[in-house]
Amino acid sequence: MGAAKMMQIHLQWVDYTVLAVYFAFVLGIGYVLRRDVRGSKDFFESGRSLPAWVCALGFIGANLGAQEVMGMAASGAKYGIMTSHFYWVGAIPAMVFVAVFMMPFYYGSKARSVPEYLKLRFDEKTRGFNALTFAAMTVMSSGISMYALAKLLSAILGWNFHVCITASGLIVLCYIFMGGLTSAIYNEVLQFFLIVFGFLPLVLLGLQQAGGWDGLVAKLGPVATNAGFASGAWTQSWTHTGSPAANPMGVEWFGLAMGLGFVLSFGYWCTDFLVVQRAMAARDMNAARRTPVIAAIPKMLFPGLVIVPGMIAIALHQSGGGFQLPAKGNSLDYDMVMPSMLAHYFPTGMLGLGLTALMASFMSGMAGNVTAFNTVWTYDIYQGYIKRDGTDAHYLAVGRWTTVVGILASMAAAYAAAQFNNIMDILQLVFAFVNAPLFATFLLGMFWRRATGHGAFFGLICGTLAAALHHGLTLPVGAAAGIKGGWLGATLDFYPSEMAQNFWTAIYAWTVCFVATILISLVTRRNKTDEELRGLVYALTPRIKGDAVAWYKRPAVLGAVVLVASAVLNWLFW
Amino acid sequence: MHLDVRIPIGAMFTAFGALLTLFGLFSKKNIYAEHCMGININFLWGLVLLLFGVGMLLLAWRGKGGRTRRDP
Repeated sequence: MGAAKMMQIHLQWVDYTVLAVYFAFVLGIGYVLRRDVRGSKDFFESGRSLPAWVCALGFIGANLGAQEVMGMAASGAKYGIMTSHFYWVGAIPAMVFVAVFMMPFYYGSKARSVPEYLKLRFDEKTRGFNALTFAAMTVMSSGISMYALAKLLSAILGWNFHVCITASGLIVLCYIFMGGLTSAIYNEVLQFFLIVFGFLPLVLLGLQQAGGWDGLVAKLGPVATNAGFASGAWTQSWTHTGSPAANPMGVEWFGLAMGLGFVLSFGYWCTDFLVVQRAMAARDMNAARRTPVIAAIPKMLFPGLVIVPGMIAIALHQSGGGFQLPAKGNSLDYDMVMPSMLAHYFPTGMLGLGLTALMASFMSGMAGNVTAFNTVWTYDIYQGYIKRDGTDAHYLAVGRWTTVVGILASMAAAYAAAQFNNIMDILQLVFAFVNAPLFATFLLGMFWRRATGHGAFFGLICGTLAAALHHGLTLPVGAAAGIKGGWLGATLDFYPSEMAQNFWTAIYAWTVCFVATILISLVTRRNKTDEELRGLVYALTPRIKGDAVAWYKRPAVLGAVVLVASAVLNWLFW
Repeated sequence: MHLDVRIPIGAMFTAFGALLTLFGLFSKKNIYAEHCMGININFLWGLVLLLFGVGMLLLAWRGKGGRTRRDP
């Protein structure tokens, strides 16, 4: 293992103390909250009692897993400021959309989960399809987080792989088992602040050494020209998107705006129960709708926290600033950007805080998945198909034990990932195919009352098949046929990069699902009356009156402010 | 009635802040030259964490916005 030899961190007592204090608080929160869990509503929905700001920080905290922190830093080094499109084009507009337009249906209907909304709006089979794929996906993602954490800790700290897997699983299990969703959300809030305070000094020190933003821009010029691009390619987000060949990401503005900005981001933020569950725990409709918008405010600033360290790392690496990124084969090990920056800039003490923040991000990523899994399993699969008429205490017990099963399944998935790298890639690919078209189903479901159950279900299947077909028939340039695409034998088209291929797979899947749902709906009979669709479809739901709350608490007003700010950020880094 | 989340946040960051500030005061200075251009980041950032932690505790102590249902 190259990384293990190249980078070893030695912790001292002060670092271990920080880590121990953090774990004590994590478990303590679960212990204190256990007395608040009296029924299944408390366990799965936090009793719908939390203030908007807590839900909002949980909302981004759950998403701020290690894939986000380490992945965005890696992309910052690989692609530069263009990575910010995941925020300023991707996440922010989608978060505002889910807040203003979709939350009234999630929170206002009787649904307790996203699959349950599909049941009320369409039919049982659409719900079943979504519930099963979602449940499988959460366990897989939680397992991948666990695997990545254990691999990282064993590489840089020399800790035992099996102990890392077991310990992280047990800690997450304990606090969810005791305190349910509230416990998970509180820990996500804690972890949000930990990440901000753990990584901010890294950015400040790095910028200090690079000579501020201007110094960083100057240092990144040669990085871009050495790679064969114009000198601003790492520091200008839109200027070089006229053609895919002109930027390191290998995408052009249309694929970026449509694929990432529209299909993938809206699909994730608007339909993934993992994040939507946080907003549904809010104490009233207005708080639920404000949750994603409030979350968008810090989210907008995150590129500074997670992308800039990657940019600093590559700039210092290439300009000989005494900092070297570890190598992996003949390229750089970009996944190690964050850990090696921590080891470089932080002396013992701060190092403990930085590593704790990193571990916290792994664990809250796991916890987010496990809470979403136990809710969907208990309400949508167990209560839906196995035992319909249990008492509330019965479902609470099922939820608790499902948490145990979820953690065990995640651990199994973690070991599977360690054993068969390819199997995890294939499974992730399949889930990507299932997810890409989903936003079309929700869009039609919420805004077109004529969409039918058959339309939704078969539309989804068509969209999924279209994604698989597109992936099977295309390849990124330079890749071999197989897991990267082209597995249907014939390769019809080559994309300049894997990311461009992903974006276009999503665009095709969405479009096919959208069109197929409309066509099938038009030739099938409606299975829900207008009366049944009240509160589930836009045209049949009374408008929410905003008069009761001050203007700055109205989701639409806040949303508009956030969108303008996001546009300004795009313009500043154009 | 839920626990006010600002209490554990405040308490944890107060503890981190106190620990890092004290450690920064008494630690050997050469570790800062080696890692962060001579800046005593433990002491400085410890103060920031302390300030944030105490601020959170004050907010939790003064207000009840973190846990009660105000206008349903």
